[in-house]
Amino acid sequence: MIGYYATTAVSSLRRSKALAALMVLVIGLGIGASMTMITIFHVLSGDPLPGRSGQIYAPVIDIRPLARDHSEPTEPDGNFSWPDAMNLLHARRADRQAAMAGGAVPVRPMQSGELPFYETGRYVTADFFSMFNVPFAAGRAWRSDDDENHARIVVLNRDLARKLFGNGSAIGHSVRLKNTDFRVIGVLDDWHPQPQFYAQVDGRGFGKTDQFFLPLQTAQDLGLDFNGRLSCWDSGGEARTSNHCVWLQFLVQLDSSAKAQAYRQFLGSYWRDQQTHGRMPRPVQAELYGLMDWLARQHAIPDDLRLQLSLSLGFLAVCMLNVVGLLLATFLRRGGEISVRRALGARRWDIFLQLGVESCVIGLAGGLLGLGIACLGLWSVRQRPDGYAQLAQMDAGMLLGTFVLALVASVIAGLLPAWRACRIPPALQLKTQ
Amino acid sequence: MSHSPLIASLSRHKLTVCLLVMQVALTCAIVCNVASIIGHRLAQMQLPSGVVENELALIESISVDETANHLAKHDADMAALRAIPGVTLVAAVDALPFNGNNWSNGISLVPNGPSPATATAFNGTQDEARVLGMRLVAGRWFLPEEYIPLDAAHDWAGINHVPSTIITRALAAKLFPGQDPLGKVIYPGDGPVRIVGVVDQLLRPSLGESEASGYATLFPMLPDTADITYVMRTAPQDRERVLKQAQQVLARLDSNRVLRHPQTFTQLRDDYFRRDRTMITLLLSAALGLLLVTAAGIAGLASFWVQQRRRSIGIRRAVGATRRDILRYFQTENGVIVGAGVVLGVVLAYALNMLLMQHYALQRLPWLYVPVGAVSLCLLGQLAVLGPAIRASGVPPVVATRG
Repeated sequence: MIGYYATTAVSSLRRSKALAALMVLVIGLGIGASMTMITIFHVLSGDPLPGRSGQIYAPVIDIRPLARDHSEPTEPDGNFSWPDAMNLLHARRADRQAAMAGGAVPVRPMQSGELPFYETGRYVTADFFSMFNVPFAAGRAWRSDDDENHARIVVLNRDLARKLFGNGSAIGHSVRLKNTDFRVIGVLDDWHPQPQFYAQVDGRGFGKTDQFFLPLQTAQDLGLDFNGRLSCWDSGGEARTSNHCVWLQFLVQLDSSAKAQAYRQFLGSYWRDQQTHGRMPRPVQAELYGLMDWLARQHAIPDDLRLQLSLSLGFLAVCMLNVVGLLLATFLRRGGEISVRRALGARRWDIFLQLGVESCVIGLAGGLLGLGIACLGLWSVRQRPDGYAQLAQMDAGMLLGTFVLALVASVIAGLLPAWRACRIPPALQLKTQ
Repeated sequence: MSHSPLIASLSRHKLTVCLLVMQVALTCAIVCNVASIIGHRLAQMQLPSGVVENELALIESISVDETANHLAKHDADMAALRAIPGVTLVAAVDALPFNGNNWSNGISLVPNGPSPATATAFNGTQDEARVLGMRLVAGRWFLPEEYIPLDAAHDWAGINHVPSTIITRALAAKLFPGQDPLGKVIYPGDGPVRIVGVVDQLLRPSLGESEASGYATLFPMLPDTADITYVMRTAPQDRERVLKQAQQVLARLDSNRVLRHPQTFTQLRDDYFRRDRTMITLLLSAALGLLLVTAAGIAGLASFWVQQRRRSIGIRRAVGATRRDILRYFQTENGVIVGAGVVLGVVLAYALNMLLMQHYALQRLPWLYVPVGAVSLCLLGQLAVLGPAIRASGVPPVVATRG
């Protein structure tokens, strides 16, 4: 019966071609626009650390003085001062913990005649690699005694290793960063998690990469340039070692929720302990956010994209209202035909089904058009200068999603008109003919 | 009561009319807000930076030599850059409008007091103001003896010792509303700093959402960091050539450095607003798409109704209605529906604006956008209905007599 309804649907759509085309076009535009944005969201809100993100937590303590003016953000930005990061690192209360900061240094190729160039990387502590399951192509990570000894060792990402050493092995060779020689002990296998969850999270965390990793204590010792946001509440002393300037990120791995609970309590007791030393005057409220929660809180997905998503959904809503109106008009115009069918014994349900199938046919055609528009939309997004642009790709799930959305939308759009049409009383309509 | 059949007819299509009204309302609400976002971004993009934008060429140099005396190196570099034909003036600076290098300080009016405003510190060599072409509206420029090193090696300690500052008019109005700011003392660091001049305008290296984008302080401090930006003033048509030569000159002078971002100020501004331009294009196409879809919906439904009512139109024509009457009937009908939608849409527009303000730190919807949006939607409705209405007016009276 459904097949028969589909044939009648196609033939009845043929009768009013212009209107059918208009409906397909409108559904296509709505689905295309919203699927473009939903796909981008789907891609960007993906897990940067599959399998491990559930155990990674971002502790947050607020070391700021009591609020002096109202323009201050109510929540701290999650960065740590050097003493606090070192205290938590040495306390070793989590399964793994690492402190880190962004860096940018001039790399000086060993060959004479080549100009130095700038490269961005990260100063981290030993657990960083095991905590995030960082894949090594060659060599190994360093151990925590290397941290304490301020070892001059470095792990390179693959691109930089290739740039400096070609296709040969980089392990054991020396790299001159700023004014110091570092020994290469490991090469990563092109590790570029998106967004860069371990950095200061903001709306521009996509598309960034780190090309080298070296021990944080060594970088601090040598005064290597720090790259990122540093906020101070007080002056005096050197900013990067003082306890009133925050600039480091600190992440922990906790393997069970009981451990997470215990760590939260530990943070609270650390805070209270610092208060006895006259620091951290704000009321104790230590927080511990799961990684995905943390990324969402820090607006890892740019606000402009959120706005675009809302806009595209609004657009879809208007398109759907439009289609409901047009469907209603088409169905009601066929009042005569419907009453004849009803008079010949068709039940309301039969009419409902027939008209439902008809909206599905329109929906499918619209979905097909929408898919094309979404591919075009994603292509145009890939031309944008933003860091997330290259991630905007359609995958199988989203492909299926487009059709499901188109079908669901058109069925919902068809519901009201079909319900209204199947209530056409048979006799009355026949009488007016 | 000439339009009572109109109302009666509309009430027979309650559902369809409701749908159309809702569609128009939603379109009106979204388009008004989109237009206001576009307007705000355009306004930001057109903010004057306060510098002579089309005469500036910039290049960033990062020395790799740790032991160097950076102040002396900058002087040598600037002397070499001045020798390039076409370069009239050169300055070494740390911050520029749009360059993102934002060193902000809370400005207090008493030692360790609360800060009514946060302002960016702009530091540069003595020619900075002349190179950038800033306009002084009160007071004087810095005296040569006021200059001290920035002392970046000790956490920019120069800010605690600098004697004088020149601030922007916007900051002066914020700190000292209604008073003469000249001679007043502010505390950007530990020590008191006297205001000796006021410049008309200088935008910060990165713009916020509000009037604070013009809060800037100039200090007579010489940047002594390894990372420095040289600004060269030259005729607009010479900028590209000067940039090429500057790269060669600087590399020849000292190859132990990284040269980055050789660009004109115009390019710097363009880069800064690239995202906004994408967003504006996107918002514009969304708004146009919405209007188009709504217009198509109105036209589609109208032509439907015309077909459906051919007989009634014929009867009306047969009993004496002119073509003009029929035309006006459909136009009025459309006006009533779209008008109702727009009235609802205005309410929705403000509701949507409140929602957006909560979630995206957007600004309040300026009232002007609402009537303009409402009127344009009504006009759009009239335009969309014109075709079907003209077709309706062409229905001959003889239709009434056919079955």
